[in-house]
Formats: sequence, structure tokens, C-alpha cells
Amino acid sequence: MARPFSNRELLFVGLACLIALVLLPCLNAFLPPEHPFHVGTFTLSLYGKYLTYAVLALGVNLLWGYTGLLSLGQCIFFSLGGYALGMYLMLKIGKLGQYQKEIPDFMVFLEFETKYAATGGLPSHWIPFKHFWFAAAAVVLVPALVAYIFGFLAFRSRIKGVYFSILSQALTYATCLMFFRNDFTFGGNNGLTDFKFILGYDLNAPATKRALYLCSALLLLLVYVFCRWLTSTKFGLIQRAIRDSENRVLFSGYATADFKLFVFVVAAVISGLGGALFVPQVGIINPSEMSPEKSLEAVVWVAVGGRGNLLGPILGAVGINSLKSYATHAFAEQWPYILGALFIFVTVFMPKGIVGLPGQLRELKRRRFTAMPASNAAPPTALAQTKQKPAKSE
Amino acid sequence: MTLAHKKDFILTLEGVNKTFEGFKAISDLNFYMDEGELRVIIGPNGAGKSTMLDLITGRTRPDKGKIEFGRDTDLTHLNEYQINRLGIGRKFQTPSVYIDHTVFENIWLSLEGSRSVWSTIFSRLTPAHRERIHEVLNTVGLSDKTDWKAGNLSHGQKQWLEIGMLLAQDPKLLLVDEPAAGMTDEETHKTGELLMSLAGRHSIVVIEHDMVFVRQIARTVTVLHQGSILCEGTVDQVQSDERVIEVYLGRKKKERH
Repeated sequence: MARPFSNRELLFVGLACLIALVLLPCLNAFLPPEHPFHVGTFTLSLYGKYLTYAVLALGVNLLWGYTGLLSLGQCIFFSLGGYALGMYLMLKIGKLGQYQKEIPDFMVFLEFETKYAATGGLPSHWIPFKHFWFAAAAVVLVPALVAYIFGFLAFRSRIKGVYFSILSQALTYATCLMFFRNDFTFGGNNGLTDFKFILGYDLNAPATKRALYLCSALLLLLVYVFCRWLTSTKFGLIQRAIRDSENRVLFSGYATADFKLFVFVVAAVISGLGGALFVPQVGIINPSEMSPEKSLEAVVWVAVGGRGNLLGPILGAVGINSLKSYATHAFAEQWPYILGALFIFVTVFMPKGIVGLPGQLRELKRRRFTAMPASNAAPPTALAQTKQKPAKSE
Repeated sequence: MTLAHKKDFILTLEGVNKTFEGFKAISDLNFYMDEGELRVIIGPNGAGKSTMLDLITGRTRPDKGKIEFGRDTDLTHLNEYQINRLGIGRKFQTPSVYIDHTVFENIWLSLEGSRSVWSTIFSRLTPAHRERIHEVLNTVGLSDKTDWKAGNLSHGQKQWLEIGMLLAQDPKLLLVDEPAAGMTDEETHKTGELLMSLAGRHSIVVIEHDMVFVRQIARTVTVLHQGSILCEGTVDQVQSDERVIEVYLGRKKKERH
């Protein structure tokens, strides 16, 4: 059944929008830098980056929280989206690069001019990325295509559970290694960087940074509303049914592979869009964004924030990354341990994450202070089970 | 066994064989069932009862043999959801319902209708759907639990909900694997009455261990042993059959002593 926005959720989202979409950009734009409430452009961009991470987290959550598909390689799609836009940004540097040539610096350095002499040093698959519209289309289509091919093969072969997770990680790792290679034509180890302009605007201008931040916030809002809508349709019910009892869904006449494939592609597109806005704000994309650790981090954000709902992943992504930028300054070496401990703590003691905490506390309180359990929360199973005959199995 | 073609069976298995890593789970199985029949299959553990259901529902494929639904629909090359869409519903041994959804939603997802991705994204709950869902919930006796989360139902209620989920599709053939397992005596009896009330409109295969339950519902009992049929008949005929006593009931008696 469609579950409409509850008043509390509406209030929360409205408030978050007010802060992220209005308050922060205004504090950045209209207050003088010496004012105590001024938000620096660097800080704003940092939050912009977190918001793109939150978009990625919503992608992970759509798969893991709602469909039970734990993808440990979601960053491949984030990176592919990032690379697609990065290629456009590279080609807009023009002659402002170190070598002052039409083609990106790394191509000069790697002697592409002789290797790809016919096209002036630019590999032919780079040429259409001169157009923004092409890059924008690639941001959506490349992750979708990769997800479709991988998902098609994996789901048709009925790869499930932990095998799917391992395979998704192998995919991102293999792609990561491929991008590390210089002859793969995407800048190898260094990736794509030194961007100067986007759509003719100076990427270092505060106004451009503000606009990119606003785009990230808007994207997050759009993805949020989309996920909210999708998960409230009958399709959303089937998603969660697959998570809880895939066999029942399959034996009820649904081709579960098609449903999983659809969700996988949608999540890839969402992640790719996040990556595309990540790159101009961070100013670099390199293969390390695809390394398995990055994808694992995204899973941790979702777990900590709370999966299977839409606010949790956003809270997790923004919260943990804020914590990370503080912690990596204060105690850089211990950060991985802190993150690991946090993940273990949340998995063991807070299965529903931060978002589930109020409910968990209420439950604890109820158990402690009420002698009689509420009728719906504690079903008659407890009574019935004592009288049950043991279930036989063959 | 050419007799099979002279009559309209709802389900026909002929010369079916299935081996799992050297273990012959099903060997030369021949099984025929009339339309509207309520058939009970019994047999000791490992007799191949659940494997037989797996073969019918497309979970595994036979090595050899013919499995037909209705007059001439070959099931051996179809997969689970295609077979289900033909009108064959299966209830699993352990109740499998969608624990996070309400009882109502569980039935809604099982309602007959298009099962494509697009149609589920844009599908709306119509008053006709609602009516049908309540009708099904009435049949399985869960109309007062409509808004309960299925995970909060008792074991027996989950079994009924799953039967309701099958009924929501209005299947021609129902395959019910140990419906009484884990139920109280009262629940078992109610389940028996439910199944008997469904026979006629639907053809039903019930796999069961509990002989009291079998006696309650059975008209024809098929005894499966080592992957093929040992004998077929009424409960009394079967229970007095020497071979059956030997392999199944006899062994059970011995176990008790």
C-alpha cells in the first residue's frame, strides 16, 4: 500500500531543505567573511561533497536496505559517473594546462600525440565528450549499461547473498585496476584533475562552487523523493518481499531477476549522478575512488545511519564524513579503527542504525516498565509455540 | 500407462527420474491426478515427496520423464514463475510470507494480474482488488488481522496466510507441503477443514506426515517410497497394505516402542 509522507517526515525534510538549500548558501553568499556566521566557500564545497556521498548512500540503500542486495562495489558507478563528467571538464581546460596544448596534460605526457596522431592526440572515444550534453548523457548511460550487463549475468545465474557481494566487489576492483593503467586512456594513476571551467564558468569562483553545492542538494532532494515514491509503489513492496522471502516471490509468478536487475540499474544511475557532482567540487577523480574500501565505506554509512529507510543513509553519509574530516585532522592514524569499531558497534547493538535508535529505546523502556506487553507488538506466538508439535523436515 | 491420454488429468507424471549426486531421489515415478481432486501424499522421510513438488514447480528439472499440466502443457522446460503463472501454486514446508508487510499487502502481492516490473510500478489498488483481498482473508480466517504485520502472526496463522496467498491467484492446482507442521491440534483441524472446503474448485496435493490429519482430509492417499509409488487408495486400504506397514507405518510403530 502506498504510504504517504507522514507529517513528521515532511517537517524533517522541509527543515533539512531550508537549511541545506537556503540557509547555508545565503550565509555563504551574503555575509562578509569576517562575520561569525559566515560559511566559507571551502566548507560549502565540503558539504556539497557530503551531499553527493549521501546520494551514493541512497543508491546503496535502495539495493541493500530495500532489496537485500548487498553491493560492495557501488563506488564503481559513482566513479563512472564522475569520470564521464571529468572527461568533459578535462577537455574544457584547453590551452591553460601545463603543456599549453589542446589535449589534456596527461595525454601529452603519455605521448598520445604520436599514438593517436590521426585524431590530434585525442583518443576517438574522448572526442564527443567535448559536448556537455554528451557527457551528461554518459553520466547516466554508462553506469546504467555496466550495471545492466553485470546485473543481467549475475541475476540470470541466480547469484545471491554473499556471492553477489563478493562478485560486486571483484567488479569494482577489476575496474579499478583497469583504470590504473596508463594505456586505458583515462589518466591512469593520477586520474583526471586540474579542471578549470564548467559550462564556461570558472570552477574556482565562489558563485560556481555555490551553484554546484546547490545542484548537489537539489539532486539529493530529487533522489530522495524518487526513492520515496518508488518504494511506496507495489514495486517497492515486491522489492522488500524479495529481500525477506525471494522464493515466495518467485513462486508467486514474479520474475525476481527482472526486478533485481531494474533496482540494480536504477541504483547505478543514482550513484553515477552523485559521482558526476562529486568530481567538479572535489576537483579530481582517480581510480582510488573505485577501490573496494570506498564501497565498503558507503556500506558503513548506510549501516550506521540505518538501512531500509531513506533518512538513515543520508544521516550516515553526512554524519560519518563530517566525523571523518574532523578525526583525520585530530587523530589521523586511528581513524580506520574508529570507523571499524563504529561499524561493529552499530551492527551488533543497533541493527536499525541511528534512525532506529528512538524505536529501540522505546522498546527497551516498554519491556522494562510494563508488565503486560502491548497486544500487537507481542503476538500470540509466544503462547502458541509452547504447544506446537516440532516441525518435521525432510 | 497409455491410459493417461484417455482421460483429462490435471497433473500427469510419467516415468520421471531424478538423481542427486548418485542418490536416486525419484525413480520411474508415475502419478496421475484428476481435476478437483484432493490428494494426500505420504511416505517416510527421504521418500521424495518434496523433490516431487520441486520437479512439478520447476525448482529442479527431471533427468528423464514427462511432467504435464492439464491436457498437454509440458512443465519440464519452464521455470518457477512461468509454472506459477499457469495456475500452479505452492506452499512451502516452512511458512514463507513477507514478514515486513501487512497481511493485506501479502495477499495484494499475490493477487492474480500482471507481474511485469512496469505494471507493478504503476499499478493502483482498486476497490475490486480490495474486495477480493478481503474475500481471501475471510476464507483463511484472517480478516481480523488485516493490518497486522505478517511477522507478528503465529506459526499457524502464517501457514494460513500463505495458503491465502496461493488462493489469491485462484490457481488450478495447489501444492501444499506439510501444512500442519508446527501447528496445534486445533489449528491442524481448522487447516484440514479449510483444505477440504477448497477441493473441487481447486485441485489440491497435500504432503503430510501427521496421520490424524491425513485421516481427516484424505479421500485418496498415495504412498511414496524410495522415489516411486508404493500404493494408492483410501486411508484404510493404505493403512492395511502389507508393504506400507512394512516401510512406513510399521517402522513408525517400531520407533515408538
